Amino acid sequence: MSAPVTAEVAAIKNLKQIAREEFILPGTAVCGGCGGLEGLRLAAKVLGSKTVYINAAGCFTLLAVYPYSPFKGSWLYTTMGGAAAAAQGVRDALDVLMARGKLPVEDDVQVVVVAGDGSTYDMAMAANSGAIFRGLDFWYFCYDNESYGNTGVQMSSATPYGARTTTTPVGSAARAGTEHGKKDLFEIWRAHQPAYLATVSPRYPVDLTNKFLKAKGLRGPKLFIAHASCPTGWLFEPKRSAEVAKLAVQTGIFALKECVGGAVTHTHIPRRRKPVEEYLRGQGRYAHLFEPTRNDAALRLIQEQVDRYWEAAAKAGAASS
Amino acid sequence: MSRAADLERAAGRHERGRLLTGNAAAAWGASLADVDYIPAFPITPQTEIIETLAEWVADGDIAARFVTLDSEHSMLSAAGAAAAAGARVFTATSSQGLLYGFEMLYAIAGWRVPLVLVNVSRALASPITLEADHNDILAARDSGFLQLHAETCQEVLDSVLMAYRLAEDARVMLPALVNLDGFTLSFTREPVVVPEAAAAAEFLPPYEPNHAAIRGDRPMAQGPAVLSGLAYSYFRYQQQLAQLNALEVHEEIAAEFAARFGRRYGLVEPFELDDAEYVLVMSNAFATKGKEAVERLRSRGLRAGLLRLRVLRPFPAAAIADALEGRMAVAVIDQNLAPGLGGITYQEVAAALYDRPRRPPLLSVIGGLGGKDISDVEFDAVFHDLRRAAAGESVRSPRLLFTQAEQERMQTLLRIAGKGAKP
Repeated sequence: MSAPVTAEVAAIKNLKQIAREEFILPGTAVCGGCGGLEGLRLAAKVLGSKTVYINAAGCFTLLAVYPYSPFKGSWLYTTMGGAAAAAQGVRDALDVLMARGKLPVEDDVQVVVVAGDGSTYDMAMAANSGAIFRGLDFWYFCYDNESYGNTGVQMSSATPYGARTTTTPVGSAARAGTEHGKKDLFEIWRAHQPAYLATVSPRYPVDLTNKFLKAKGLRGPKLFIAHASCPTGWLFEPKRSAEVAKLAVQTGIFALKECVGGAVTHTHIPRRRKPVEEYLRGQGRYAHLFEPTRNDAALRLIQEQVDRYWEAAAKAGAASS
Repeated sequence: MSRAADLERAAGRHERGRLLTGNAAAAWGASLADVDYIPAFPITPQTEIIETLAEWVADGDIAARFVTLDSEHSMLSAAGAAAAAGARVFTATSSQGLLYGFEMLYAIAGWRVPLVLVNVSRALASPITLEADHNDILAARDSGFLQLHAETCQEVLDSVLMAYRLAEDARVMLPALVNLDGFTLSFTREPVVVPEAAAAAEFLPPYEPNHAAIRGDRPMAQGPAVLSGLAYSYFRYQQQLAQLNALEVHEEIAAEFAARFGRRYGLVEPFELDDAEYVLVMSNAFATKGKEAVERLRSRGLRAGLLRLRVLRPFPAAAIADALEGRMAVAVIDQNLAPGLGGITYQEVAAALYDRPRRPPLLSVIGGLGGKDISDVEFDAVFHDLRRAAAGESVRSPRLLFTQAEQERMQTLLRIAGKGAKP
């Protein structure tokens, strides 16, 4: 199901090679400094205008509010749990309409699910699994802001250990805030053997662009987990969004990687990882780990998790420079 | 049975029809509608529909694409989205499946895309069971879907074809549910005349998605948020107006269908109503039992009649009131129960009659839940109540049908379960 359909597109080397044309226009209702939208904006430059974005309920539902849409392509808002299933319906419909001569081949579009982590990690888990299992030829862009952001920042299964949300408040009986660790969606999806799977960061646009370019040559599920630095939910100034996104990668908390044919490759390895504290300190959702008293145990746990991850990655030989 | 074998067996027998289950009739309806896409998910007693279609697709008998989804929510998401992309879509479910996908019913109706969803009625859990009543389909009464309820296997097939015409009409543009009862129709063979493919195609030409489609040359935002009562109310009112349009459009389609195929379906079906004084209101397969009771009572000299509800959404209030006004007494037999309220269609029939000056005494009867039979003695009791009501006597309503013999059998079960009175 995941055979290449075209030769691999040549990778770009610098920012200047990213298309200047915009496919998502400014002026939407999403928050200032949204890292998720920046990621999608960059992705759309590869996807082009012959696209349909299939949206699950979440922050990005506010992108298209009647009678406006910022997209040069089409848009279909669905539900919180069924976007990938709707993508199946659209892809199948277009395929059968082309096969029956009812739709000119040149009017075909690429089907792109746009969903947040609340949908992706939780409610739509089964529908997504089904679509990937069926080898659906589609794109999935998960803007992962690590909470149910649009409803006011509640814990999702993408919320990391130690983060405060409105449903995992900090108190004398719950010093860490969120006690669960973040669900490893990358590995869950990898087990489905999709055509392409990658993590992307808006602060690494060349890496992001190259991943979308590489996936464009593949037929089947093309899945992206996008780090979505979130000023509103993570409690930092919107102007710091790019810096926070960069620190997530520099500290090794967010690993940039891809998976083709089952093998994982890290596309950017932070050689000298900064301490996780540098990432955590600048975000209000972690403030309780530092004030009024420092929670050394929690901070150590977070640092150790990151260290263990990269040790295992090095051992697996998956890392490439 | 393979479609080729079925066709061969049927050769030369088109006049009287061939024996088909209600499920097979639904599959034939989808086939004759020349649908593009069939997203599927199994559930008893619907599964035979999708199995039949899967086989026809596998044999290359129909050009549709068939895909098994991971749940009814996903199935209806795929169905609605495919319709939004411009395909003619068929799918089917039942009971728990309809409820599992329930969110999508409202979503699809709001998208204003036509598709046909067959529901094979099955009572809802808990307790879980398999046979029919109408709490599943009637739960969807406010979803914006059109609803056609079939009494016979022939009507199942015909209603699927009519439902596409209705749903795709530019004045309507709403999805449609076609309901048939589990077991009593789904697994029961009746003679069904299957229209010739060419005749069906003349009645139902290919779908032209002029309203909504997903194409590279025509970017379109579908289902966007509105975030205001202004736009929300406007689009909701549009659904109401489209539903009302469907009353008229249905009659046009029914007339054309009758001219082509010789079978006439109204919004409601009158049975022995001309001079009827005591009238039952029923729907779906058990209406056949009601008709038998009417004939039995007529042979005893009672002017009995029956009004069968066929189109439930839009609700044909005027047609119902016209048919019932001036009768001596009317009983609505609901094969459903809204606990704390009573029968669902009773409420709607009562509302339809409210402003008629000669509205009859109206009784509510609950029966047939979970496929439980409605016996002769129970129909007799209903007609007895109708005569008492007509005479001005006070009659308990709603009446929950349960015979003495059934009560005794239930006591046995309770005793076995350790809950009944000690012998």
